[in-house]
Amino acid sequence: MGRIAALTRNPAMIALVAALAITGCASKKTPNSAADLGLNGAGAATPGSAQDFTVNIGDRIFFDTDSTSIRADAQTTLSRQAQWLNQYKQYAIVVEGHADERGTREYNLALGARRAAATRDFLVSKGVSSSRLKTISYGKERPVAVCDDISCWSQNRRAVTTLSGAGS
Amino acid sequence: MKSILKPLLMVAAMAMGIVSVATLPARATLELNVNKGNVEPMPIAIPDFQGELGAQISAIVTADLKRSGLFAPIDKAAFVEKITNPDAPPRYEDWKVINAQALVTGSVSKEADGRIRAQYRLWDIFGNTQLAGEQFFANDANQRRVAHIIADAIYEKITGEKGYFDTRVVFIDESGAKNARKKRLAIMDQDGANVRYLSDGKSIVLTPRFSPNRQEITYMSYESGQPRVYLLQIETGQRELVGNFPGMTFAPRFSPDGQKVIMSLLRDDGNSNIFAMDLRSRSTTRLTNSTAIDTSPSYSPDGSKIVFTSDRGGRAQIYVMGSDGSGQTRISFGDGVYSTPVWSPRGDLIAFTKQSGGEFQIGVMKTDGSGERILSSGFQQEGPTWAPNGRVLMFFRDSNGGPKLVSVDLTGRNEQPIPTANFASDPAWSPLLE
Repeated sequence: MGRIAALTRNPAMIALVAALAITGCASKKTPNSAADLGLNGAGAATPGSAQDFTVNIGDRIFFDTDSTSIRADAQTTLSRQAQWLNQYKQYAIVVEGHADERGTREYNLALGARRAAATRDFLVSKGVSSSRLKTISYGKERPVAVCDDISCWSQNRRAVTTLSGAGS
Repeated sequence: MKSILKPLLMVAAMAMGIVSVATLPARATLELNVNKGNVEPMPIAIPDFQGELGAQISAIVTADLKRSGLFAPIDKAAFVEKITNPDAPPRYEDWKVINAQALVTGSVSKEADGRIRAQYRLWDIFGNTQLAGEQFFANDANQRRVAHIIADAIYEKITGEKGYFDTRVVFIDESGAKNARKKRLAIMDQDGANVRYLSDGKSIVLTPRFSPNRQEITYMSYESGQPRVYLLQIETGQRELVGNFPGMTFAPRFSPDGQKVIMSLLRDDGNSNIFAMDLRSRSTTRLTNSTAIDTSPSYSPDGSKIVFTSDRGGRAQIYVMGSDGSGQTRISFGDGVYSTPVWSPRGDLIAFTKQSGGEFQIGVMKTDGSGERILSSGFQQEGPTWAPNGRVLMFFRDSNGGPKLVSVDLTGRNEQPIPTANFASDPAWSPLLE
């Protein structure tokens, strides 16, 4: 596995994103990407790297409560993602679907799966090969934001496009 | 006095090294009608059992009966008579003055072969008579079970309903920060004792459920990367994937005969349908085929029907169908979102989680959806499971940073925390042990 893949799996990196997400709770605006969360200070990321994708493109989109439709702001992010993914074809892609905690566990597994599928389908519609795309649902089992209020829930209702299998 | 063996208990208990030897029955005058709307807990006196382990055993019996909400154990400081011979009739007057309606005496001793011998007698104070008397032999390892079996016997003698104390609960033990929760399969006695861990916490595991044979559980795990339903033999630790499906499988439950596992299977379009898999033939049957989320299936105890959650009408509601998928009918029409329906082991009610007005509620409805009653409301709580007698539910409630287990009876008035070392979720109650 390449260094890039290792970076995305680095717990410190994940912790950083989570910490920023918590800070984001104070803001009324729903952040729509890592860039919105202030991560674009790292703009020096190597083009085509996983860091570039996460920081400069935005690896995640957000959903309305109990909804799986791709919002307008999310369409913008996903179009950006598709363009990038079509440029850097070395990556296999797993789309993670997540739900907030305001639903029961089994229902939210199904809801996360539907969000992941909707995200996948949008990327495919923008030319990303379906053979590169897999989906997985984490239901409400992997929240990034952990305060018990609406701003946090909105960050947990998400689909995250993750990269793997680089460099082959 | 005639000595009668209780065939059921005898056969069942033998397997676990617990032997019921003798019962000394008498006509029951003492009764507690649990079907009345408002049950007044029955005052019961339980002096420490005689013998080295006696107090320990009688304390477990007392705690079981107290938690049921149907009994009010009397403070031992109020006792007038000091029981010295648990086999002799008590001085009824001494127990009447403290308003004890029932008295339990007993003793626990060690046999030469190392087993313990526990016996109890249940006395009807205002009837001046003995209602029951039994003795049990057990291995050391089954000490607590003996106490639970005695508590079940007293519960049944007085209420006329089967008890639920000699049971276990499988659940998810949760530890660590909310955004990095470690989840482990765990099993314990219904009162929180004897916890054992059945998985190492490396993978997310969810929604364990007992087989009717009590030896197996079905659950969902992320261990292969893709979330899938597994079977686990509790004693041997042997695990097995259920079915070979391309997508996520989740929300498993056994059929009442233990021959099938019913679950949701993710379709490629992102929707979920319900399938049943026959564990012997390995054949699978599709039961729903909707472009919606169909999940949380649960069989009726006779196996003829299945209740499940679906959002085919827009938002999640409860539906019932035949076990072959026929006649899918919505039964929940209240104001809110309904999920996790679970059919009562008695067949009369369906328990559910309802989201309404910003709250999560645990409730029950009749099997046609009528007669909805909310038993517990909270900010975040879900996932009811039935005690085998269909009188008590356990569920999990998230507060103070993580989930804990709570039980509530069908009156909704007796809510009890279930002690666990860590956070705990997804409880599933076993049938009565054998």
